[in-house]
This record gives sequence, C-alpha cells and structure tokens, in this order.
Amino acid sequence: MTASRLDSSMLEVNDLRKYFPVRQSLVDAVRRIAPKPIKAVDGVSFSLARGEVLALVGESGCGKTTIAKTLIGLEEQTDGDIRFEGQTVGAHERRQRAALVPLEGSGPGTREQLVFPKIAMKRLRQQAQMIFQDPYESLNPRATIFDIVAEPLVVHGIAKPRQERVARVKSALEDAGLRPAEDYTLRFPHELSGGQRQRVVIAGAMVLQPELLIADEPVSMLDVSIRADILNLLRGLRDSRGISILFITHDLGTVAYFADRIAVMYLGRIVEIGATNDVLKNPQHPYTRALLSVVPVPNPRLRRERIILQGETPNPIDVPPGCRFHPRCPVAIEPCRQIDPLFAEVTQGHQAACLLVPQRAHS
Amino acid sequence: MSADMPLLSVRHLSTDFISADGTVAHALEDVSFDAYPGQTLGLVGESGCGKTTTMISLMRLLPAAGRITSGEVLFDGVDLLSISERQMRKYRWKEMAMVFQSAMNALNPVRTVGDQIAEAILLHDLMDRAAADQRVIGLLDLVGIAKSRKDQYPHQYSGGMRQRAMIAMALACQPRLLFADEPTTALDVMIQAQILELLRDIQQTMGLAIILVTHDLGVVAEICDSVVVMYGGKVAEYGSIDVVYNSPQHPYTQRLLEAFPDLNRPADVLASIPGYPPRLNALPPGCRFEPRCHMRIDVCAKATPKLIDVTPLDGRPPTADSGQRSTIHVAACHLCTGPEVKA
Amino acid sequence: MSERRTLLKRNLLNFWRTFRRNRMGRIGAVLLFTVLILSIGAPLLTPYQPTDTIRDANGRGMTFASPSEHGPLGTDDAGRDVWTQLLYGARISLTIGFVAGFMAMVIGSLLGILAGYFGGWIDSLLMRTTDVFLVIPDLPLMLILVATLRQLNTGFSPTVVLIVVIGVLYWTSTARLIRSQVLSIKERQFVARARAIGAGHSHIIRKHIIPQVMPLMVANTVLIISSAILTESGLSFLGLGDPTQPSWGTMLNFAFARSAVSNGAWWFFLPPGLAIVWVTLGCVLLGNVLEEIFNPRLTSHHLEGEQHMIARPDSPPLAEGIEGGA
Repeated sequence: MTASRLDSSMLEVNDLRKYFPVRQSLVDAVRRIAPKPIKAVDGVSFSLARGEVLALVGESGCGKTTIAKTLIGLEEQTDGDIRFEGQTVGAHERRQRAALVPLEGSGPGTREQLVFPKIAMKRLRQQAQMIFQDPYESLNPRATIFDIVAEPLVVHGIAKPRQERVARVKSALEDAGLRPAEDYTLRFPHELSGGQRQRVVIAGAMVLQPELLIADEPVSMLDVSIRADILNLLRGLRDSRGISILFITHDLGTVAYFADRIAVMYLGRIVEIGATNDVLKNPQHPYTRALLSVVPVPNPRLRRERIILQGETPNPIDVPPGCRFHPRCPVAIEPCRQIDPLFAEVTQGHQAACLLVPQRAHS
Repeated sequence: MSADMPLLSVRHLSTDFISADGTVAHALEDVSFDAYPGQTLGLVGESGCGKTTTMISLMRLLPAAGRITSGEVLFDGVDLLSISERQMRKYRWKEMAMVFQSAMNALNPVRTVGDQIAEAILLHDLMDRAAADQRVIGLLDLVGIAKSRKDQYPHQYSGGMRQRAMIAMALACQPRLLFADEPTTALDVMIQAQILELLRDIQQTMGLAIILVTHDLGVVAEICDSVVVMYGGKVAEYGSIDVVYNSPQHPYTQRLLEAFPDLNRPADVLASIPGYPPRLNALPPGCRFEPRCHMRIDVCAKATPKLIDVTPLDGRPPTADSGQRSTIHVAACHLCTGPEVKA
Repeated sequence: MSERRTLLKRNLLNFWRTFRRNRMGRIGAVLLFTVLILSIGAPLLTPYQPTDTIRDANGRGMTFASPSEHGPLGTDDAGRDVWTQLLYGARISLTIGFVAGFMAMVIGSLLGILAGYFGGWIDSLLMRTTDVFLVIPDLPLMLILVATLRQLNTGFSPTVVLIVVIGVLYWTSTARLIRSQVLSIKERQFVARARAIGAGHSHIIRKHIIPQVMPLMVANTVLIISSAILTESGLSFLGLGDPTQPSWGTMLNFAFARSAVSNGAWWFFLPPGLAIVWVTLGCVLLGNVLEEIFNPRLTSHHLEGEQHMIARPDSPPLAEGIEGGA
C-alpha cells in the first residue's frame, strides 16, 4: 500500500540533525579546541503518509532511536524541520514558547531537555505516541494497568468524568487484545507476561487515539511465537484506523513482513529508502546489500554469499569524510573518500545515497 | 577417535528446582541428545523451555535450589554426574567451557581483559605468568583482537569485542566442547555474522564440538549441524538440521518455523502460537504442548508422548566421514508413527 | 470505588503473607509492639506516678529498695518506683524518637527528591549543604545546639528542643539515600514513557518517583527512628533532657549521677539500658523485613527467564481469553 509522498503527508522530516555536545576536557579548553559533538542524527529527511508503515532499520548507533525520541519530544533537535500534518513544530518556534531545563550538571556542554508548556505540545502529543522497546521496563511496576493506560488521559485532562475514563481505558485495552478488560485493570505489570505487557503499552499509546505511532523495537524482547501477535495487532490498527506507524528496528525479518517502506540508516544518515519490495529485492547501497546478506534465515539449504563487513560502526564523533560508509565498503572507489553522496534515484520512490548507483540501477 | 562417536552423550537428564516453600518445578525431564566433535548442536526454544537449565546442568553449575534427579551425562565415556565435585572441576574449562550471554556482566570491570584470560589459564594449567601471557596474546589473535588491547579494560571494548574476549577466555584451556549461551543475541546483525563466522573457523581449526543455546531459528539454520527443539523442559524434536527444518514432525516445531519471519519468503500472515508456556510447577498431565497445539487429539491431554524415531526410511547410517551428518530424527508426539526410542 | 478496595485488600494480604514468613521481622514487630502497648497502658500497669515516693510501713521513703523489697523493679535514690519510671519513660523516649525520626525522614526525602530529580544547581546546593552537616560530628553539634537553644530561653520545653535538634540533623543520610535512588529511577524507561506522553514534573514526581522511593522511605524511617531514640538517650544521659519528663536516657543519667552503680542498685540502671536495646533491636529487625517486603521482585527480569519457574503459588490465574490475532 504505497501512498504518494506529496499531499497526504502525516509527518515530514527535513534535514533533521541531533548533535550531542561532549564535555570539554580541561586541556582542550585551555587550548581553545572546540569539542567534537556526537553526531547522532546528521541530516535525515523522510516523509510518512497517512496510514503508512515506514520502517527505520539500522544497527545500534545509527541514530534511529534518537530520531524517535526527537519526534516525540524527549530530545530537542539541533537543527532541521519537523512537520505534523503540514504544521511546523519547528525548533525556533518551540524555543520561544518553551523553557530549558538542564538535565545533568551545569556549565558548557550539558545536555538540555526542552520542556514544552502543555498548550504547545498538546496537539503534538495527541497526534503522536510512542511504544518503547522493553515491556518489562516501560511500565511503572507500582502502578495498576488501569493507571498506566489512563495516564495519558490524566496528563492531558481528557475524559475527566470517571465513567468516561473507565470506558476509554477499557476500550483501549480491548482493542489491544486484552479481553475482558476487567481481568487486567487491577493487575500489576509483574503479573502479566511480556506479550501482555506490550499490549498494555500499545493500549496506553492508543487511548488518545493518535494518528502516528512511533514503535521503537516493539517486539525485540518478546518470544518469537508472540511477536506475530503484536505485529498483527499493529497491522490491524493501521488497517482499521489509518494510523501511520514509524517502525524502528534492527530486525530485517519483521520489516519484510510489516512495512510498506524501508529506510536503512547508517551512522546518522539514511543511506537507502524505498518500498519494501524494492529495497529487499533490489538493494543498491553496499551497506544494505551487506546487511541483507547476513540476516539469518531459517533455511539451512540456502547458500548465499555473505558480505561480512569487517570492523564495527565507527563512533558518531568521528564520522569519516566523504561517504561515511567508505572505510568499510567492499566496493568503495577513490571518489568515495571525498564526496558525500546525495540521494540518487533508482526507481520511482526508491533512492540510495551511493556514488555507484546510477551505473547499476538495475543490476 | 572416529567422527561418529559422540563426544557428549546426554541420556534421560532430569532436573528439578525446589522453591522456598517446597514446591517442585520439573525444569527438565528426560532430555537426551548427542554432541559430536567438529559439529554444532543447536539447543532451541523459547523462554522457560529449559535450554539454559540443560546447559548449566551439564556443567553442574546449578544454583542451590536445583537438583539433577536422574540421567547420565557421558563425556568421552565418563559419566559426569557420578564423579565428585573436585573431579568435575578438572572438566570445567579444560574439557568443556562456556561463553556467556551477556559479556559485560560476565567480565570483571575492574580487571584488564588480558588478566582475566590469563586467570583462566593459570587456574588450570601449570604454567608461569609469562607463558600464560604469551598464550593470551595468541588467543586474542585467534579471535581477532589486536595485541595492543590486551591490557585494556572491558569498558574500553565494544560489544562485539567483548564477546570475542569471552570466546578467547573460553578457549584458554583448549576445551573440546564449547557451550555458547545466546552468544549473539545482544549484538547487531553484522557483528553477529562476524562472531558466527569466528565460531565456525575455530571449530574447523580446533575440532571443537559446540552446543549453541538460542531462541533464534535463523542462527541455528546458519551454523548448526543438528538441533534439539525444547518445550516445557522436554525434548520436542531432535535431529539433523536438514530434516528438522524441512520436515518438522512436532507441531510446535512446525509452528515455530512458521512464526519466524523469513526475509526471502515474506509470509502473508505470520503464525503465532496462542497461550503461554506451561508453569513448570503445575504441569498438565499429558503432553506439555497440548493446550496450545493445533493438531491435538484426545490422547494428548492424558498421556505424555514418548520419543518416536521418525528418521526417514532412506536415511543412511552415520559414517566415519567428517562431512556426513547423522540423519537421526526423533520427535515426541502422539501423532508420529515409528519405533519408540529406547536407549 | 469497589475496585480500589479490592486492590487495597489484595495488597494488604500480600504484605501480610510475606511478613508472616519472615521470622526476624515478626520478632522485631513483637518487640516494638510490646513496648508500644506497655507505654500506652502505663496507667493500667502501675498504680504509681513517676514522681511518687514509695514509703515503707514507717512512712520513710524507701531509697534504692531492691526488687525483692518492692517489686517489680525496686526504687531509685529518691524512692520512686523504677517500673513506673520505665513505663512512663517509654512514652517520652518513643515520642521523641518517632517525631524526630519522622521529621528527619520528611525533610530528608523532600530534599533528596528535589536534588535527585532536578539536578543542576539545586542538587549541588543541597549536596554541599549535606556535606557540611556530615563533616561536623553529630553529637558535639547537637550538644551545642541544644545548649544554645536552651540558653536562648525560647520557652520551648527541653523535650521539644531535643526533637527539633535531632530531626533537623538527621535528614542528611536520608537525603543522600533518597537522592541516589531518585537518580536511578529517573532514568528508567517508564519515566521516559511518562515524559513522552507529556507529563510535567509534578505528575512524574507524584505518580512515578514517589511511589518508587516510598518503600525505601518507609524502611529507612524505622531505622532513623531507632537512631533517633538512641541519640535522644545519649543526649538525655548527658543531662540535656527534661528532668521533669524523664526518658530512659534521663533515667540513666540519674542512675549514674546519683551513684546507683556504687550502691549496687542494678535495677535502676540496667532496665533502662535494656529497654533501649530492646526497642532499637525491634526497629532494626522490623526495618530490615520492611525493606525486604517493599523491595521489588517487581524489578525487571528479562525475557521471562528460567526464574519464572519458581512462580508464586498464590498468584491469581491469568485470564484465558487472549486473542490470537489482531
């Protein structure tokens, strides 16, 4: 179900950057050397249409979780533009209306968290909700399931009459597959299994009836036989309510099952993006090809050439010059060391940021 | 030693866990399988199936509440369950070693990596410190860690490197059998590929037998020669990798394979298994999988299924050729037809 | 509303069950409970007042009468019944201990939460203040404070002065403890979830931080109370208590000052000392078991591992009707 990027964009991200400042060492301060920031997200652009599932795929340190946190407001972007339904929730606007609260320590290089006054962020919160990875950690162990699912209502002052609140919580729980809801409302998280907890998280995210769900590794910590349930649940929500889902994962297997489009990330940038089928069947970026070749598949007869990259993803403080992938790229050529490639179009909607693309668009 | 003699032979292993108030959980019941030198056996199952318990039972590293209640563990002919603790210590690390799941937790953060590997050597071999250090450098080289990193601390290593360091530590005394407990679960897919390749190389060089404990069916298909599928503390299916994956006989195995996403053949609907794994202190009377089984019949709830030999009729007996795999295939299901497995 | 009641009942039941299993805790509770009952029921357990002089058949005051002459615990140097003093003294000791301990706990927790949650300059300020208090030795500081306050003739009874001084000076260890707990709670994923939902500081502190530190606060309170009682005894022993409202410490002060030791009147100095030990022991045992109870088993355990097989036999069964599909 591909949708045109242009008009019905639910979410549009343009050149998003998130740099984390690093504390200056004394020596550097004396020598007036500015510390290099950690470039967790270094110029990411994509759009998400209504009712579309876009998967952000990459290994740890590629910036996908940082993007999620920035979109939901847990982190403030360093630069770039985020639009929900065409309305900019831009950095400069937010800074005008918001207060800065230091998180750790004080002085230069501290991390700051932008705290939005409820009025400014209210619409944003209702539009976008997040599902976290760890079903064991994302629920307050001392709160009842009812309290957990009702929390968004409480925070935003919605559904104040008790009856209404109870009704909404129950319907959210049942939509998430926990039926009858009464059996769950008074329980505590530790009494539920991992799959059930994740359903509670989803219910909590759905209770405000958002239009965008950001799911950060929603099934990685669940048993294999339960993953399908949760994925089917999410897919069902998309089908019945037209929610857009930003699906963040490192597991290419689930992506094939679930996503309409895939964006492959490496070291803070998207290196390839396109419809799932296009990217999986005809990967153009060498990193995508390498990743796809090493994903374990449950088929012992399959013999394929594995492109095992050497070394590890470099530290986002030291992004290599030119194409950031070139030190590990098995097919790097000389220009790759100097030129940072822009997106080249492979087919309609399928792009890859690699200098070698135009030559082998249809290999 | 011919390649068709198993290095490790587990027969009817049963382990119980006794909780503070006296309730008994039957963590393992009647587990049997063989591990051959130069081959990798996968121990597969979901949370609570008993795969990790099996591994620690074999090393006799159960916690205070655990008790092995029956069975034999024949390592090169010697029953490890019948020897004393002191004798057992000679086996641990020298003959069989373990790579733990979370390298960061298993490595001591206040000692250098080189020190810790050397410690493993010095505890078992009569060697002085200088010789041990030389061996450490050799081991680090074997797993692909630069010599210069010998005196660094675990926090200075990346995740993949720590796992390599764990492998180096496990190989310190040149064991013949290596247990790997979810060695790549916490790692990125590329690093995972590197580690798996490393394990394969080491296996070829050293003729190691590897028992890989994991829940990832893809990893098992990549690297294992045979697989044991466990459910609820019992063996559901066991056989060479080809036959189990291509013609699974146990409904659980079938469903599990269908639930695992395959990049190359994206399914329209991923299967899932309703219900939950059984509580090991409140087991159903019949087959442990019966409540969730999509193919259950009447007898399933009443009687525990026996292990049936479902080896394909044209199966050849295992040969001395190291390339050949055993074609044994057994499954514990009432629906299977075939001779019951006795020994 | 009935749901809340069911929940409360279930919590209490769970609490009781765990409590019952822990022998040390039961002993601690019994120790404390006995003292509580005895102190409250003092008038019922003795016909005398602490200031009454016990006279013998001839009308002469019985000084240092041994327990065999006048039970159950004899008399002190002024002929007053020791048992009575013990019972009424319990009231003083316990009151001071509880109130001061409670005060210390409240102040310490508040500051600890603020420092831990907000960090930044608030944290620095509070921690440096704590450091100052920690560096100065407790007892001399309290001595000086109590003495000064009494000199100032503020009109507060010496008892109140004691309470205030102990309460104000004992918050430091609690603050440190709570602060470090808050620091780790702050980073947990359910707090991030609350922030992602849009919760503000007050909501997060009320609904997420405080419930998580509450167990620590409760367990810590009991231990702080025992420290407070000990400290009060010490200060009273040094003569800073209220002689008209004698606590156990004051009794010890009198005993030593009025040569009970040289007179061999063990019934005067041994009982208060033992009573202090009794209460402190009770507090410590109880405090330990409370910490055990409140300490989560509720903390995360990943991937429903093998630990799960030691499932609690009394937990209610999960519902069967779970959907297999969307």
